[in-house]
Amino acid sequence: MSSKPPKSLFTYAVFYLIFLYAPVMLLPLFAFNDSAIIALPLSGFTLHWFGLLWETKALHEALYNSLLIAVITAVGSTTLGIFAARAAARYEFPGKRGIVGFIMVPLVLPEIIVGVALIVVLIQLGLSLSAWTVIIGHVLICTPFSIAILQSAFNNMDRSLEEASMDLGENKLGTFFRVILPLVTPGIISSLLISFTISLDEFIIAFFLTGTDVTLPVYIWGQLRFPARLPAIMALGFLMVSLSFFLLLTAEYFRRRANRLTGGHSQSNDGIFQ
Amino acid sequence: MKRPQKTNKQIINIKGVEKQFGDVTALNGVSLTIKEGEFFSLLGPSGCGKTTLLRMISGFDSPNLGSVYIDGSDMTNVPPNQRPTNMVFQSYAIFPHLNVAENVGYGLKKQKLPKDEIKLRVEEALALVDLEGYGAREAHALSGGQRQRVALARALIMKPKVLLLDEPLSALDKKLRETMQGELRKLQRTVGITFVLVTHDQEEALTMSDRIAVMFDGKIAQLDTPEGLYKRPKTKRVASFIGVMNFIPAKVIASTKTKLSLDVEALGKVDVGASDTIKSGEKITVGIRPEMLTILYEETDDADNVFSGIIVSASYYGDMTYYEVELGNTAIRATVSMRNTAGRPVLRAGTETRIGWGYESITVLDG
Repeated sequence: MSSKPPKSLFTYAVFYLIFLYAPVMLLPLFAFNDSAIIALPLSGFTLHWFGLLWETKALHEALYNSLLIAVITAVGSTTLGIFAARAAARYEFPGKRGIVGFIMVPLVLPEIIVGVALIVVLIQLGLSLSAWTVIIGHVLICTPFSIAILQSAFNNMDRSLEEASMDLGENKLGTFFRVILPLVTPGIISSLLISFTISLDEFIIAFFLTGTDVTLPVYIWGQLRFPARLPAIMALGFLMVSLSFFLLLTAEYFRRRANRLTGGHSQSNDGIFQ
Repeated sequence: MKRPQKTNKQIINIKGVEKQFGDVTALNGVSLTIKEGEFFSLLGPSGCGKTTLLRMISGFDSPNLGSVYIDGSDMTNVPPNQRPTNMVFQSYAIFPHLNVAENVGYGLKKQKLPKDEIKLRVEEALALVDLEGYGAREAHALSGGQRQRVALARALIMKPKVLLLDEPLSALDKKLRETMQGELRKLQRTVGITFVLVTHDQEEALTMSDRIAVMFDGKIAQLDTPEGLYKRPKTKRVASFIGVMNFIPAKVIASTKTKLSLDVEALGKVDVGASDTIKSGEKITVGIRPEMLTILYEETDDADNVFSGIIVSASYYGDMTYYEVELGNTAIRATVSMRNTAGRPVLRAGTETRIGWGYESITVLDG
């Protein structure tokens, strides 16, 4: 028997959602508004701002940098995540809990600390800042997310499936490709999408480490100084939010599919996104 | 898939196997031989080491000490994918991303056989387990019983020298389990392959096996045929694990070539069949199965040993009546079959009666 919550809680929930999404809702509103000033009342519908995006060369470069960084970060953190999640799910070794715990710490470390620490280390090492230094930073913050997602995929896999494969004459490598990989593929896709999204949106670390290879968020931050360009930024923001939203939904779809496939007995919602 | 029936050839030979997991001793010096074509069961409570022993035959665990021979070759450190054994897992381990035919053909695909041959042999294997036409079925659409059949087909298609079954019926409901017991036995006779079954269910072991090894605490407590185990259990523990038995402490008064005279607590003098190993003066336990007791209704009825007692309780089940009888100050369970009481009423609690049994029905137990 489920009882209804009090009305006051319902009102609270509605306000909470408005608080969360109202600012984001302003993005499409002004992205399509035919006025250089971000203010009500709206003055008409236009696609002019999107056209402007199309013509800005610096933006394209920033977008290219961001995409490149996001793709390499996604592949890198997912690869590291596969190793760690497999080790945590299958093997017992001394200090396992501590090691896994430490791997997950960057999840809660303030990014500004990570950024400052990284820039100190990189400069000491004599490396010049570039897209690659951003990638290093992003892999660092994305790997814990990848591990969390992949661990749920690996943990849900019945160990006897691997044993059955070996029992039927398959070797370890063959077992990995014929049984393990197909069963964790949805988890891998989900991990790729989430780390891609995180990297694409990330500002602080990128700002510290970017050098001359400006990423999209850093470019946007630079543009905020010119009020006239604000509507175009709104348009860009709208596109990015849409993309992020789409990617996260896709990732979540694959994560749930992974749980179903591996026969996760728990109706498990133990991922990051419940 | 016909194979030669039972021979006297040894197919599995386990010599002095020991296994520790950390501080826990899973196997403590196990030696046994299994004959070709035999239906062999490892029976015992959970934690007795039966599954560890099976995993040693399959190659998933290796012993700390001792060796495992399969069909004459030392397999102690050979990995599972190079052993002539195949396993039916407790969870069945059906590959969830493959359909039935792909599951069954998994091992053959590794052998790189031509597609037509794989297809043919998969159909053959599915027919063997009564799953013709299920090839295209997705794994998740199978019932528990069907999953088990797929697991069987997937193992048998490899033509193993030994088929290993890890509690294969424990996930099924009671009715299906009983059907599958019969089917597994029939299947074993059809293919003629040696089956090694792990189970904690004594009834399952008794009904299906040619021979059973009863295991406790990492050791084989007794290895015998089902009939031998039931009729001549060696220890109290084996006796109480296989069926129901009354235990009565006793002292040996005299030991002769033909019979053993015992002073049984609460009952007085009892004579049983002779034993070579037990000497006069020793303290022992005797066991007697409830169904070996006879109620002597008539004054003239007689038996090797006769005592009088009082019925404490009676449970009538139609075909059987279960009595609890007090003899002296010992309570004994007695099962009386309908056949032997034809025409007589069930004895009520409080009734005084005479109980009798034969020399042969008493088992002398160690410990």
